[in-house]
Amino acid sequence: MIVAERKSFEQIVDMLSPFERVLVVGCGTCVAVCMAGGEKEVELLAAELRMHAQKQGKTLLVDEVTVTRQCDKEYLEPLAKYIDQYDAVLSMACGAGVQFLAERYDDKLILPGLDTRFIGVAQAPGQWEQRCVACAECILDQTGGICPMTRCAKNLLNGPCGGTNHGKCEVDAGKDCAWTLIYRKLEKLGRLDLMRKIQPPKDYSVATKPARYVHPAFHESQQTSAAE
Amino acid sequence: MNDHHGQFEPKVIAYCCTYCAYTAGDLAGSMRLQYAPNVRVIKVPCSGSVSALLLLKAFQDGADAVYVAGCAIGDCHFLRGNLQALKTVAYAKALLEEIGLEPQRLEFFHIPASAGPLFAQRADEMTQRAKQLGPNPLRRAMRVVGGGKLAFPPDDHPPLPPASFGVLKRHDPQEPTP
Repeated sequence: MIVAERKSFEQIVDMLSPFERVLVVGCGTCVAVCMAGGEKEVELLAAELRMHAQKQGKTLLVDEVTVTRQCDKEYLEPLAKYIDQYDAVLSMACGAGVQFLAERYDDKLILPGLDTRFIGVAQAPGQWEQRCVACAECILDQTGGICPMTRCAKNLLNGPCGGTNHGKCEVDAGKDCAWTLIYRKLEKLGRLDLMRKIQPPKDYSVATKPARYVHPAFHESQQTSAAE
Repeated sequence: MNDHHGQFEPKVIAYCCTYCAYTAGDLAGSMRLQYAPNVRVIKVPCSGSVSALLLLKAFQDGADAVYVAGCAIGDCHFLRGNLQALKTVAYAKALLEEIGLEPQRLEFFHIPASAGPLFAQRADEMTQRAKQLGPNPLRRAMRVVGGGKLAFPPDDHPPLPPASFGVLKRHDPQEPTP
């Protein structure tokens, strides 16, 4: 899941200061789960904005709508009916959602309400941790399901650096050393032989930005439709 | 907002847990205790069910002070509801500060069911606090009716809230918040 956090209220107020009619668009998928941009958070932010404007004696109309996802075209389509009535749109989606909304409505100013953080997991209620950097070449089969690309501060693929300190990282003593975790896990699984395998340098060309992926089935249908 | 002597009479909203604070309120009544009439009690099934949005909307609709009253620590009927309420209130206080309202207008209290006098004391305390802080700046003077009456007429048959997912919610500043 993509984890995001809301921008500071000052930043949002600052972005919206030139406008009088604002639509806050929430996203009901990842950012709703991480309590940053779902229906509830949209309601909260809209209420805050109204109260702030009222206190400052400003005219600000804030309407709210939450769509299932902002990264799929079909969910953005229904907004076309009323988006013209607003001076600006504040998207409470991850960076991908904000851009997709801006692509679909290219004559409208779309502003981001969130800071997108990482791909992660819910460690405890209200607490998320990064688990994947989307490197496009998964090696979790050889590391006991623990990702050194994400969890090692130095992205080391062949064992720990010299800075492992009683299982903690030298970069941040509050974090576990990924390679200590990997060693313990492989020990438990009886697969310590995997530690001896030398990982070749990673092919970073597959992770070149901006990445694009077409599902094989759709790839073929696109080719056939191009041939027709 | 003002009584007939021109003195500011705050409106205070108390979200009271049915298992403790609301029962304590009952007890305060049975004991014939005097406490500030400014407090409007709203019974909730658990203090943990009060959301930050509910607290903000109370202020948006003109409350001068709001408090949530829940069980003593370890006594929650739902085990952790009062602990959740503590977190929610702390979060809502931060939101109030962002907006520019005094976070002291919002508070959480533990009021056990047997504590009638404490219920009265807390009601007086919050009313006193609201008097010191003055009227909620968001209160729309035109909508305020004196004498403790509701600013908006209550619905005889309030409609059920419609499922709102994917539905645009319009906000007309001239209309009261639903």
